[in-house]
Amino acid sequence: MAVTIGNDGVKHWTLLTPGQQRWRWFGWLALAAITVFCWRIMTADTIWAFVWDAPRQAADIFERMLPPRWSYINQLWKAIWDTINIATLGTLIALVLATPLAFLAARNTTPSVLFVRPIALFIIVASRSINALIWGLLLVAVLGPGVLAGIIAIALRSIGFIGKLLYEAIEEIDETQVEAIRATGANRSQIISYGIWPQILPAFATISVFRWDINIRESTVLGLVGAGGLGLALEGSLNTLAWPQVSLILLIILVTVVISEWITAKVRKVII
Amino acid sequence: MDRNVASPLPLPARVWQRPRLCKNAWLRWGLTLAAAAYLVLAVGGLDINWARVSEGLVRAARLFAGFLQPDFNSRWDDIRQGLIESLTMTVCATVFGLVLALPIGLGAARNIAPLWLYGICRSIIALARAFQEIIVAILFVAMFGFGTFAGFLTLSLSTIGFLSKLIADDIEEIDPAQVEAIRATGGGFWQVMDYAVASQIMQRFVGLTAYKVDINFRESSVIGIVGAGGIGATLNTALDRYEFDSAAAILLIIIGIVMLCEYASGWIRKAMA
Repeated sequence: MAVTIGNDGVKHWTLLTPGQQRWRWFGWLALAAITVFCWRIMTADTIWAFVWDAPRQAADIFERMLPPRWSYINQLWKAIWDTINIATLGTLIALVLATPLAFLAARNTTPSVLFVRPIALFIIVASRSINALIWGLLLVAVLGPGVLAGIIAIALRSIGFIGKLLYEAIEEIDETQVEAIRATGANRSQIISYGIWPQILPAFATISVFRWDINIRESTVLGLVGAGGLGLALEGSLNTLAWPQVSLILLIILVTVVISEWITAKVRKVII
Repeated sequence: MDRNVASPLPLPARVWQRPRLCKNAWLRWGLTLAAAAYLVLAVGGLDINWARVSEGLVRAARLFAGFLQPDFNSRWDDIRQGLIESLTMTVCATVFGLVLALPIGLGAARNIAPLWLYGICRSIIALARAFQEIIVAILFVAMFGFGTFAGFLTLSLSTIGFLSKLIADDIEEIDPAQVEAIRATGGGFWQVMDYAVASQIMQRFVGLTAYKVDINFRESSVIGIVGAGGIGATLNTALDRYEFDSAAAILLIIIGIVMLCEYASGWIRKAMA
């Protein structure tokens, strides 16, 4: 905030000092310049004829999509079941692996701040920065297409997410409870089981349900790279340009996501 | 009552037990059984080709070796092109999405927008958030042709969905006293926005935008798989050719940039605080 006194001796109040204002203008100018620069590089290879043609294409696609081919749903039940399994089993595997990892990464429980903690943190970051679809791409190349690749892809992506949130929860616990359990002569595993675990249990439950919800979304598209589930059917329908089937699959994905969101909200209400 | 007098009757020894998660035994056993039944069904239904998996382990070893010796050189031109596409896409989409997200976010806040506008803006947000980026990218590629433009539109749409929802939710939680105070001085609509609303949400807003840059880059590395440009396309090609050392190099670059973005956005949020 700045107050300036004008020539006529009247005080003027402004939000920013002139210096701050100059910096702010400079910042906006730089942002605009960078954006224009990036835009020019990005659109260098764009074929504008296709872009201008897009509304017609869009109308055409929507026309082909409607009405959805409802009878196709009988071939999709297996894919829906697979999708749910990919998300659920992947989340379970991730929970089993991420929990010890979180204990290794948390500053107050790690056996060694110098050696073990950085390794655990690197695993968490690496798992988080690679999208489930890329994990799927890798695993399909390694394991071959199928549900198994999907489950492992979801698990690998979720380890980082669950691990990060869980180790932050562990670092925020109340140390006095740990102290109290230690004072009874408890050993390491008893301290974790009676002093730490009950404190992070609510966080653990919320995180797992939250991640399960995200995983349902991701597993619906994992099939695009060959990792099973609804995405596989979507890929097949797209490749054969069967737009009425595509619209049905999109509808099912939407319904699945909405239901999983509803379940998540219910479970969270029970936990909290 | 005198507490020092010992109780005449000997009390039975008390055994402490952990509190149960579910108090109701029927519910507890029912849920356990249901979970076990689901697991048996789900795992039993898995159709795993173990011969293929054991064959894959050899490739996994090659992939892992690729991570230890990534090959940045032989595909460097492709990688560079992909990276430039991803980064420019991220910047343009974030800025463009941000410019559109601001008015939509204002319109979707119930405490400053009239009901009809609120309805429209919330529907736009719901529509933008309905599908994951990859599905939107497929549709946009079908409409706009292959390349970065479809990817840019995809990321812009997801930015609109993400930012305007969070902006709207933030505005709905602001302290109305400040709005009242500015209005009492005779401030018009824009003055109220600037001095009462923006000043309350600005800090979180910058943090969210920085976070979204980070997410957009991560997404831009994925939507290339369906033809929307960016480093994902390069990665897909490398994996299709089983060039695991080039793929490892690309993944390491992605991890590095994501870490950098995360670090930078954390720094920005701290600097704003």
